[in-house]
Amino acid sequence: MLNASLKELSDALAQKKISSVELAQLFLDRIGRLNGELNAFITVDAEKSLAQARTADARIARGDAQPLTGIPVAHKDIFVALGWRTTCGSKILSNFVGPYDAHVIERFNAAGAVILGKTNMDEFAMGSSSETSFYGPVKNPWDSSCVPGGSSGGSAAAIAARLAPAATGTDTGGSIRQPAALSGVCGIKPTYGRVSRYGMIAFASSLDQGGPLAKSAQDLALLLNVMAGFDVRDSTSVERSAEDYALDLDQPWPDGSTAKPLKGLRIGVPKEHFGEGLAAEVEQAIETALKEFEQLGARRVPISLPSSGLSVPAYYVIAPAEASSNLARFDGVRYGYRAPEYRDLADMYCKTRAQGFGAEVKRRILIGTYVLSHGYYDAYYLKAQKIRRLIAQDFVEAFKQCDMVMGPTSPTVAFKIGAKAADPVQMYLNDIYTIPANLAGLPGMSIPCGFGQGRLPVGLHIVGNYFAEAKMLKVAHQYQKATDWHLRAPAGIQP
Amino acid sequence: MSLSLDEVRRIAWLARIDTSDAEAEAMRAQLNDIFDLIGQLQRVSTEGVEPMTHAEGLTLRLREDAVSGSDERKLHQSVAPQVEAGLYLVPKVIE
Repeated sequence: MLNASLKELSDALAQKKISSVELAQLFLDRIGRLNGELNAFITVDAEKSLAQARTADARIARGDAQPLTGIPVAHKDIFVALGWRTTCGSKILSNFVGPYDAHVIERFNAAGAVILGKTNMDEFAMGSSSETSFYGPVKNPWDSSCVPGGSSGGSAAAIAARLAPAATGTDTGGSIRQPAALSGVCGIKPTYGRVSRYGMIAFASSLDQGGPLAKSAQDLALLLNVMAGFDVRDSTSVERSAEDYALDLDQPWPDGSTAKPLKGLRIGVPKEHFGEGLAAEVEQAIETALKEFEQLGARRVPISLPSSGLSVPAYYVIAPAEASSNLARFDGVRYGYRAPEYRDLADMYCKTRAQGFGAEVKRRILIGTYVLSHGYYDAYYLKAQKIRRLIAQDFVEAFKQCDMVMGPTSPTVAFKIGAKAADPVQMYLNDIYTIPANLAGLPGMSIPCGFGQGRLPVGLHIVGNYFAEAKMLKVAHQYQKATDWHLRAPAGIQP
Repeated sequence: MSLSLDEVRRIAWLARIDTSDAEAEAMRAQLNDIFDLIGQLQRVSTEGVEPMTHAEGLTLRLREDAVSGSDERKLHQSVAPQVEAGLYLVPKVIE
């Protein structure tokens, strides 16, 4: 059961080989045993989970099940859930119990999925290592002295350690894809606007996008079927008719055949993503994966994303600017933590925020405040938005020559806990390959494609054109039918 | 560019974050590293480039000006640090 796909779990539930209550209990027991070491979950509430599982069992018995009915799903602690403590990894929300459900939570509840718990994350999703959480760092199940990536590190680690069959995450600069890569699991950040941001605690609103993490592309498709969809409460939610992302995963590419299922697929390989800073072990695994795609019939096209080197600096203007505005709401008045002692209102704000936010969040609020302050707006924020267009334009040109862009998700495999914590700029450079897709609003995913030294996983990054998720999932699924990287589990984690 | 300690203190005040001198000094060094990174942007010509504020193709919707949802004041105030008679309590601001 622990290694089963979502389809297999769904079949087992339908055939009464296991009940939803038993399935939830199985994972809750594992969390009870292993979470002390991994710290992948911030909040677990067995009673609530089991109550939902009982409801799911009744629904299955009625013959009213949907594909995810009865299946436990862990949620990043950035999604507000009714009655669940929702901390966003921060002290400032340590006492916040969700008074409503995020759209994503509503959708999973309506599908009959069971909330397994709330996963650990970098504070306010600001980080690439899951070390900035007020609730302590998450450990990588492949090597507990290493980080799992971030900010959705708890979700990625939970899946890698088989503490959850699937999980949700959010991605502002790589926060689904980079932890998926470093933890050896799959994750997709959909096109901006696909998944509603309602009830997803805001970091940088023009970049934030929710998406699933799981063990395979097929599982991601089933999860995205539930997560994605129009929501009137999110002003940037995209109105499009519903798609079934799982429908033709097994169909070859239009020109493909059984022997060469991806014949006709043009894979753009950007030279800028294979330069300085890329670890040789990662480059080698990516090269092997690209050869495998060629075996499957795809063709490699050398492309250039000339402005992609500017994506990290542009991001570190735009994201903190938006964050400084979004996080102004945490003032100790309407929800969350309030400092115990203060002189007056201004002092209450200042002390509440000083005590409630961690160092990385403060850094980003200060950067954002500065770049938006009087006299600096044009030089920083406006400039970064112009660069953002250049970066997006690179992809428009690229997609004239190729169907998908592939390369490494992250320049290195998982690094040691503490190794980059003191040097923000080094930490920021982890997201050098993932940030361009956020700035352009394009869908991006990461799938396991090999290992570096010390048996640490390497992720292959796939970026598609707007709304090309179904095609990307198909391409990934075809690769996963021919390879077994996605089936590998950490040695220390006995199923 | 290089931020002075006073500038760090000024930004921290604008952001309403209490900062000790030691914190401001540590923050100054890190912010300067980050602004060195950001400084790369200034070296690129963006003449004639339209700023991009959002993902392409998005248009903001307007809804009917009609009542939506119900009064959930009690529920939403249940998570507030201090409320009384349906109001949020803060330190006195008008003498």
